[in-house]
Amino acid sequence: MSNLASRGDLQRWAPLLVLVALIVFFTLVNPNFLSLKNFARISISATPPLMVAIGATFIIIMGSIDLSMEGSVAVCAVIFATLFTALGGTLGGWGWVALPACLIVGAICGLVTGTVHVGLRIPSFMASLSMGFVGIGLSLMMTGGDRIRVEDPLFRSLLTQRFLGFPLMVHVAFAVLLAAWFIQRKTTLGRNFYAVGGGEELAHASGLNVRRVRIAGFALAGVFYAFGALFAVAQLGIAETATGYNFMFVSITSIVVGGTALWGGSGGVWNTLVGVLIVNVINNGMIVMGLPRYVQDGVLGLLVIIAVVLSTDRKSLAFVK
Amino acid sequence: MFELRKVEKNFPNVRALKAIDFEIRRGEIVGLVGENGAGKSTLMKVIYGAYQHDGGEVLIDGKAVRFENPRQAMQKGIGMVFQEQSLIPNLSVMENIFLGFEQQFVKLGVVNWKKMAAAARYQLAKVKLDIDPKTITSKLSFAQRQLVELAKVLTLEERVDGELVILLDEPTSVLAKEEVELLFKLVRELRSRAAFIFVSHRLDEVLELADRIYVMKDGEVVDHVSSAEASAENIQHKMVGRDISKEYYREEKQLAYDADRVLVELEKATLPGHYQDISFQLHAGEVLALVGTEGSGREAILRTIFGLQKLVLGTVTIKGCKVESFSAEAGVASGVGYIPRERKIEGIVGGMNVYENITLSQMSHYSRFGFLRIGDEKATARDWISKLSIKASSELADCGNLSGGNQQKVVLAKWRSGGSDIILLDHPTRGLDIGAKEDVYEMVRAMNADGVGIILIADTLEEAIGLSHTILVIKDGAIQKRFEGSPGAKPSLFDLVHYMI
Repeated sequence: MSNLASRGDLQRWAPLLVLVALIVFFTLVNPNFLSLKNFARISISATPPLMVAIGATFIIIMGSIDLSMEGSVAVCAVIFATLFTALGGTLGGWGWVALPACLIVGAICGLVTGTVHVGLRIPSFMASLSMGFVGIGLSLMMTGGDRIRVEDPLFRSLLTQRFLGFPLMVHVAFAVLLAAWFIQRKTTLGRNFYAVGGGEELAHASGLNVRRVRIAGFALAGVFYAFGALFAVAQLGIAETATGYNFMFVSITSIVVGGTALWGGSGGVWNTLVGVLIVNVINNGMIVMGLPRYVQDGVLGLLVIIAVVLSTDRKSLAFVK
Repeated sequence: MFELRKVEKNFPNVRALKAIDFEIRRGEIVGLVGENGAGKSTLMKVIYGAYQHDGGEVLIDGKAVRFENPRQAMQKGIGMVFQEQSLIPNLSVMENIFLGFEQQFVKLGVVNWKKMAAAARYQLAKVKLDIDPKTITSKLSFAQRQLVELAKVLTLEERVDGELVILLDEPTSVLAKEEVELLFKLVRELRSRAAFIFVSHRLDEVLELADRIYVMKDGEVVDHVSSAEASAENIQHKMVGRDISKEYYREEKQLAYDADRVLVELEKATLPGHYQDISFQLHAGEVLALVGTEGSGREAILRTIFGLQKLVLGTVTIKGCKVESFSAEAGVASGVGYIPRERKIEGIVGGMNVYENITLSQMSHYSRFGFLRIGDEKATARDWISKLSIKASSELADCGNLSGGNQQKVVLAKWRSGGSDIILLDHPTRGLDIGAKEDVYEMVRAMNADGVGIILIADTLEEAIGLSHTILVIKDGAIQKRFEGSPGAKPSLFDLVHYMI
C-alpha cells in the first residue's frame, strides 16, 4: 500500500523532478545557464506558449483536444494590431480598447470552434483542426500576407520594462496563470471540466449540461489564446499570420510533458506551467550547449513519447483495447 | 464425454461454484436454469475456458483437462454462442466466421478470399443460412447473426477431432417466436454434429428443447431432472426455494407510505422496443420494486423517469407536473436521483474526491455567479460521511479508491444531500458484501421515513420482496401483475416467478 502511494506520488511529482534535473544538468554542462539573465530569457520565450497551453489544458481536461490555436492566435494578433493602429496606435490614447477587443475575438473564435464541434457532432480533433486552418486563412486575408508593426513604446514596455529582473509580461502572465488556477479550482466551470473528462456519462446523468460545458471550455480556451497572441505581438512588435506558427506543437507537448493525461479528468494549469518550462528549458539549454536547431526539434518529439509512456499506467492498459 | 466433477470456483469473499457435478453426453441437449446470480454464467465461463476452476476436475472422455483461455477450450471442441453477439459488425460474414483462424486461407501473406468464401458457404449451409458470405455483418438481422455465430462455432467440427460441445447463452432473448422455432428445429438437427448446453430464462423453452435439465441456485446444482419427468412448478420451486430473513431486509422498519402524496405517475407510458402501456404511481415513503428478467424493460422505465430516454406515448407526471422535456437536467431539477448499476461508469467520477462527487449534481447550491464555496461543500461532505458512516480517510479522498459499498454511499449522499426525494435504484447492492448490503437496506428505510419515494430494481427477488411496499412484475415490457407487500403479508418468490417467465 505504501509502495502504491509512493508510486502515485512519484508520478505526480515526476514532471517537477524532471524540470529540476534538467536545470541541474544544463548548469553542469554550462554554468552560464544558471543566471537570472538566462532565466529571464527562458521566461520571455515561455510566456506566449504558456498562455496558449493553459487554454488547451482546459480542453484536454475535458477529454477533448483543441488544435485551432495557431489560427486563433493569428486572427487575434492581426485583429488586435489592426484595431490598435486604427485607434491611434498607442495605449495612451484609445488604443487600449484593442486589448479587451482582442480577448473577445479569442472567445468568439473558441465559441465558433466549440459550436461546430458540439452542434454538428464532429470530433473535437477534426473540428478544431479545421477551424484552425480557417483562422489562418482569415488572418492572411486580412493582412494580405503583410506584417503589421506595433511600435507603441507603452505596449512594448511589456517586454522592455523590467521588474525584479523579469519583464512586465512575465508578471502579467503569472497573474493570468493565477486566474486560470482560480477558474480551475474555484468555479463551477472548472469543476465541470473535470467531471466531463472523468466521466462524461456520469456528468450527464448528474444533470450537467455537457454540451454547454464543452462550448464554454472552447470559448475560455480562446481567451487564453488571445493572451498568447498579445504577448507574442508584444515580444516581436509584429503581428502577422506567422505569429501563430508553432504554437500547436509546443503547447500540446507542454501539456502532455507536464502530466495532464490526454484522455482527460486529471492534471491542471500548474502541470502545464511545469511542462512549458521543461520544453523551454530544453530549448534554451540546447542553444546554450550549441546544438543545432534540427536536433532540438527531434529531442522535443522524443520527449512527448517519453512523457506519455511515463504518465501512463500501463498495467491498466492491458485491459483496455 | 464432457464432465465436471466437484468443480469449485472462488472469488474474493464469494464461493461462486460449489462442488458442481455436470455431465453431457454425445448428441445431448442439456438445459441449465437458475435465477440471476445463481452461478450459471460462472459455470459457463469455466466450461468455455474464460475462468479456471479452483477445485474438482474437468474431464473430456475421462481425461482431466484445464483450459487457460477460451481458445484452448475451442481446440478441445468447446464453443460458445454468445448472448450479446460477439460478431464484429463492420467485417463481412466470412471474416467473422474465420476470425483468428484465417491462416488456412493465407498463401505468402495474401488471403485467398474465394477460398474463404467457399469455406464460409459450407459452414453457413450447416445452419441453413442462405446469404452471401461477403455481406457486411451489420446488415444482417439479429436472427441471422445468431446463426452466423452458430456457424462460426461449428467450424470447430473440421478443426477438432473429437466431439463438439456448444454452449448457447440466452439464444432466444432477441428472437421472435417463429425465429425461436426455427432455431430449435436447427439445434435438434445439429445433434448429430454436436452436444448443446442451453441456458435460458424461459423455462418453457428449456423444457421444450432440452433432454435433461440442471437447476442451479447459490452456486450449486440443486436439481437434475430429465425433461420428460420435469414440471415447471417443481423447477421454479427449486430455483428460488429458500427462506427470507425478515430482519435482513429491515422489515420491522417498513412503514406505510403516504397514499395522498403521489411523487411520480406514469400513464400508459410506451417506448417502442422497450416497454408499453406502463401505468403506476409512486408515493412518498414507498418502495416500488420492478421485477422481471434482464431485458424486460425495467431499466428503460427508470431511464425515462430520470429523463435520459424520451417517452413516445403516454405521460410521466412528477409531483403533479407533466414532464414535457426529457433531459437529465430537468429530472435532477424536479428532485429525481438515479443510482445506476455500473457505479464505476455512471455512479462516481473516479479521480474526483468525495466532496466533489457529492456536490456534482447540485453545484448551483454551492456557488454564486459560478464561483464555488468549497468550504460549504466540504462541510456537507463531512456531514454525510458521518451520517452514512462512509469509510473514507476524509472528504478529500479519491472516490476511485473507495470500496464498492462506500462508493455506493457517496452516490446516495450525492442525491440525498441535494434534496432529491425520488430515488431510482438500479441494482444498488450488486457486488457488495453482506455488511454493505445491510447498510444500503438501512438507508432505504431511512429515506422512506423521510418521505422519499424509491423505485427499485433489486439484485435478487428476495431483496425486491423484502424491501418493497409494492411489486410490479414486468415481462416483455408490460406489467403482468401487481403485488402489495406490507410486512408480514409479502408475496412469495414463487408467486413472482410464476409471472416472470
